[in-house]
Amino acid sequence: MTPEPKSEQPRPHGWIGIHRGHKARPVEWLAEKFIFLVSLSAIAMVLLIFLFVAREAMPVFFGEANTALIQPTIPVAELDKHSPAELQRYLDLTPEQYKSVDHDTLLALMQGKLDEQNEVPENFRKDADARINTTEWKYLLQSHQWSGYDRPEYIWQPVGQIKKFNIIPLIVGTLKVTLIGLLFAVPLAVGAAIYVSQLARPRVREVVKPVIEMLSGIPSVVVGFFALLVLATVLQKIFGYQTRLNAFVAGIALGFAVIPVIFSIAEDALTSVPRAYTQAALALGASRWQTAWQIVLPAAIPGVFAATVLGFGRAIGETMIVLMVCSASVMSWSIFDSARSITTTIAAEMGEVVAGGPHYRILFLLGALLFAATFVSNMIGDFVIHRFKNKLEGKR
Amino acid sequence: MNGTQARHFRADKFDFWSFFFSGLTGLATLFIIGILVTILVNIIYNGWSSLSWHFVSTIPTDLFNMKTTGILPMIVGTTIRVFVMTIFVIPVGVITAIYLTEYAPNTSLITRVIRAAVNNLAGVPSIVFGLFGLGFFINFVGKNMDLLLHNPTSVWGRPALIWAALTLAVMTLPVVIVATEESLKAIPPGLREASLALGATKLETILKIVLPQALPGILTGGILAVSRAAGEVAPILLTGVCTYMVGLPHSPTDQFMDLGYHVFILSTQSNDIDATRPILYATVLVLLMLTFALNIVAILIRARVRKKLRALG
Amino acid sequence: MAETLIQKIVAQQAPAAAPAAGAPFIRIEDVSLYYGASKALKNISLNLDEKVVTAFIGPSGCGKSTLLRCLNRMNDLIDNVRIDGCIKIGGHDIYAGDVDVIELRKRVGMVFQKSNPFPKSIYENVAYGLRLHGMKSKSDLDAAVEQSLRSSALWDEVKDRLHSSALGLSGGQQQRLCIARAIAIKPDIILMDEPASALDPIATSRIEELILELKKDFTIVIVTHNMQQAARISDQTAFFYIGELIEFGPTAKIFTNPSQKRTEDYVTGRFG
Repeated sequence: MTPEPKSEQPRPHGWIGIHRGHKARPVEWLAEKFIFLVSLSAIAMVLLIFLFVAREAMPVFFGEANTALIQPTIPVAELDKHSPAELQRYLDLTPEQYKSVDHDTLLALMQGKLDEQNEVPENFRKDADARINTTEWKYLLQSHQWSGYDRPEYIWQPVGQIKKFNIIPLIVGTLKVTLIGLLFAVPLAVGAAIYVSQLARPRVREVVKPVIEMLSGIPSVVVGFFALLVLATVLQKIFGYQTRLNAFVAGIALGFAVIPVIFSIAEDALTSVPRAYTQAALALGASRWQTAWQIVLPAAIPGVFAATVLGFGRAIGETMIVLMVCSASVMSWSIFDSARSITTTIAAEMGEVVAGGPHYRILFLLGALLFAATFVSNMIGDFVIHRFKNKLEGKR
Repeated sequence: MNGTQARHFRADKFDFWSFFFSGLTGLATLFIIGILVTILVNIIYNGWSSLSWHFVSTIPTDLFNMKTTGILPMIVGTTIRVFVMTIFVIPVGVITAIYLTEYAPNTSLITRVIRAAVNNLAGVPSIVFGLFGLGFFINFVGKNMDLLLHNPTSVWGRPALIWAALTLAVMTLPVVIVATEESLKAIPPGLREASLALGATKLETILKIVLPQALPGILTGGILAVSRAAGEVAPILLTGVCTYMVGLPHSPTDQFMDLGYHVFILSTQSNDIDATRPILYATVLVLLMLTFALNIVAILIRARVRKKLRALG
Repeated sequence: MAETLIQKIVAQQAPAAAPAAGAPFIRIEDVSLYYGASKALKNISLNLDEKVVTAFIGPSGCGKSTLLRCLNRMNDLIDNVRIDGCIKIGGHDIYAGDVDVIELRKRVGMVFQKSNPFPKSIYENVAYGLRLHGMKSKSDLDAAVEQSLRSSALWDEVKDRLHSSALGLSGGQQQRLCIARAIAIKPDIILMDEPASALDPIATSRIEELILELKKDFTIVIVTHNMQQAARISDQTAFFYIGELIEFGPTAKIFTNPSQKRTEDYVTGRFG
C-alpha cells in the first residue's frame, strides 16, 4: 500500500469547498430575517390595538375633552390677551390647525364660538348641570344628582343637551350578564368535561367531544337570534317574570357561547392528569367516580380555574348576543331587569357619534377598558394553565 | 383465589354516590348537546320551508318583504370579505407559525413574547377589533392615504370592504397560527433531519419537505379562520358593513352587506317581526350552513391528517 | 458463550487492511461536548482512516451517537450545545468559523436509527438530494437514481414501482432506501446511527452485507448496540463509556484481547 496524497484523490466536491463560509447564502439569510420580521406581526398587532384604541380615548383620559353646554367665553376683542395655547384649546383646534389659520379666520372662529353659546336654550342658563364637563372622571365614575332628580344617580345617557356619561351602569350591566352566563355555563361545562374525560366510554367520548365543540361553531349572532326569538319566550313562561328581554335571558344565551370554551380547556386539563394517578386509585379499589372526584379533579383544579377565567374573558367581550337580547341601560342589580354591557354600548352607539367628539372618545375609552380587562384575564388564565402543565410534567 | 374473587365482585354493592354523580355529569353533557340540537333543529325546521333558489339569488328591493327580498348581496358580501381576509391572514399566520416551530429557539424571550401576543390576540373581544379597525385602518391608514393621494373626497378614510377584511385578518391570525403550528409539530423530526443530513438548507427543507406535509393542516387552519370570520358581526359593524345598498360592491373601498349583520337587522329593526320571521329563519339557516359546512370540512381534513401522520410513525 | 461466538466471527474475517500511512482522514482532537452544563463527551481523541468501517460501541447514553452527530454537525440543530476541541476531516477543521454546514453535510452523509424516507415516491426520495445539488436533467437523474439503488441492493426489488410511495416498502427496504438516498449525492463519509436496530435478522444481514460492499467506496462510521454486528462488519472499533473513549483499536483486538478491563467486561457481556 502506497500512501496516497489526499488531494489527488478524485472527489465529487473537494473538501476545500466547505470553507465557503456560513454567510455565503444570502437567500437563506434574507428568508430567515423576513420570516422573523413577519412573525413579529402578532406582537405588533397587540401593540397597535392598544395604541390606537387608547389614542382615540386619550383626550378623555387626560380630561382634555369638554362637554359643558355653557362655557366661559372670550370676547373677540380680547383675542390678543390670551396665549396661543389657551386659544387653541378654547377653539377646539389641534396645534397644526391652529398654526394654519390666519388672524381673520381666528376672529371668525371666535365669533362663531360666541354665537354658539348664544344659541343655548334659555332654560339651561340657570341649570348648574349645563356648566359641568361631563367627561371628567368624577362624572364618569361617581353618582351625581342631576337637576330634576331627587337623589344622586348613575346615569348613562349620551344623547340630549346635557350628555351623561357615567360608565358604572355599563360595568354593572356587563358584570351582571357575565356572571349569570358563568354561573350557568361553568357547572354544565365542567360537569360535562368530567364526564367526557373520566367517566364516558372511549366511543362515547369520540362522539360527544366534537359535538360539544360544534357549539362554538355557531356564530354569536345566531345564538342572539335564537335567544331573542325562542329562548326569551321559553324562559319567561318558566320563570314568569315581567320584562321578556332581560339580563337573565342574555346571561343564559351568553352561557351557550361560553360553554364550549370552558369545556374544551377543562377537558384538556382533566385529561392531562397523568394516567398513573387514576390507575393507582383504581387499583386501590376506588370507583371511577371516586377517582374522578378525589384524585383527578383536585389535581386539575388550576386548569378548571383557568378555564373559568378564560370563559370570563370570552363572556365580557361578547357583543352580538347581549346587543340583540337586551340593551336598555338601567342601573340595577336585579337579573330580571334589562342591562347594557360595555360591548353593546360600543356596538350600538358608535354608528351615531361624531368622530372625534366626546361621546366617540368615551366609547373608545370603554373599548380600552374592555381590552385591559380581557388582557388581564387572559394573562391570568394562561399563566395558571402554564404552571399547571409544568407542574404535571414535573418542571418548576 | 376465592378471596380475590369475592373482592372482585364488590361492584355488586350498589354505590349510590358513584351512580348519582356519574348521572349528574352525564346529564350536564346531555343538556349541552340538547342545547345544540334544539338550536339546530329549530333553525332547520323553521328555515327550510322558506329557503328557495329565488331567495338566495335575488338582490332585494325591500328587505322586510318575503316576496321581493333576497340575500344574494349578503352572501356575496360575506364571501368577498372573508376571501380578502384569507389573502392577508394565511401568509402572515403560516410564516409566523414557521418561525415559531422551525426557527425560534424554544427558550428565548422573543419566542415567549410572540406566543403571549398570539394568546392575547385570541382573547381580544371582537368589538375591540372593530374599534381597532376604525381607529387604525380607517382613521389612521385610510385618512392618511387620502391625504397622500390628494383625494378631494374621502375614498379610503371611511368604512369599506378592505378595512373590514383586514380587521378580520387581525382577528383570525391566532386561529391560523395555532392550527399551522399544530400541523408543523406533528411532522416527525426525522424527516427534517434526513433532509438536512442530505445537505439541504433549512429553507429548502421547509419548502420541500415540511410545508407539503403541513398543507392539510394549514388548510384546516384557513377553513377554521374563514368559518370563524364568516359568522362574526361585531368587528365589521364599525368597519364596513351597511344595512342596505343598491347592487353589489365593486371595489375594495365600497361598503357591503353581510349575512350575519342582516340577521341582526332583521331581528331587531323589523316593524312586524311575525312577517319577517320566515326571512329571518332562512337567512340564519344559510349562515349556519355556510359556517357549519366549513367547520365539518375542517374536522374531516384534520381527522384524515391525524390518521395519515399516525401511519407515518 | 458470547465471547467465543464473537471470537469466531472475528477469526473468520479477512485481516483488516493495514491503515494508510498518510495522515488520518478524520481526526478528532480532544473533543468535549456539553448539553447546557452537563458534559456528554469528555476529551475524546480519535483518528479514523479512509475507506475503513469504524464501529462505535458502548452502553446506551455513552455518547457514541453524540460523537457521530458531531461529524456532520447535526448537533448544531439542538439548542444549548457547546463543543470544545477540534474535528478535522481531510485536514479541514469542520468547526472552523468559515465552514458552511450545508457543504459539509453534502460530503458527510447520514443514515438514521429509525428509517425516515420522505413521504414521496421511491424515485423522488433518491432524487431529492440530487436535485438539491443542482442535477436537473431527467436522464442524469434517472441514471443516478438507478445507480444508487443498485449500490444499495434495492434496485431489483423496486425497479417496477419506482413511482409508488416509499412508505409502502418494508422496514428493511426503507432503511436501504435511506442508504441509497445518502449515497446518491456521493458523500465521502457515511455515518450510520444504529441502522439495523429496528430490523429483523434477515433485513439486518442484508444491511450488513451492503455495508461491507459500500466500504470499497466510502468511509463508514457506524454506531451499534449489537456487538456481533460490530465484530462482523467493522475494521476498527471504539468503545465508549459514559462520555469517555475507553479503548480504540482494530476490531479483532478489541474483541479478543482488549487492554482495558471495562472493555473486556462489556464485550463479554458482563454489563451493558
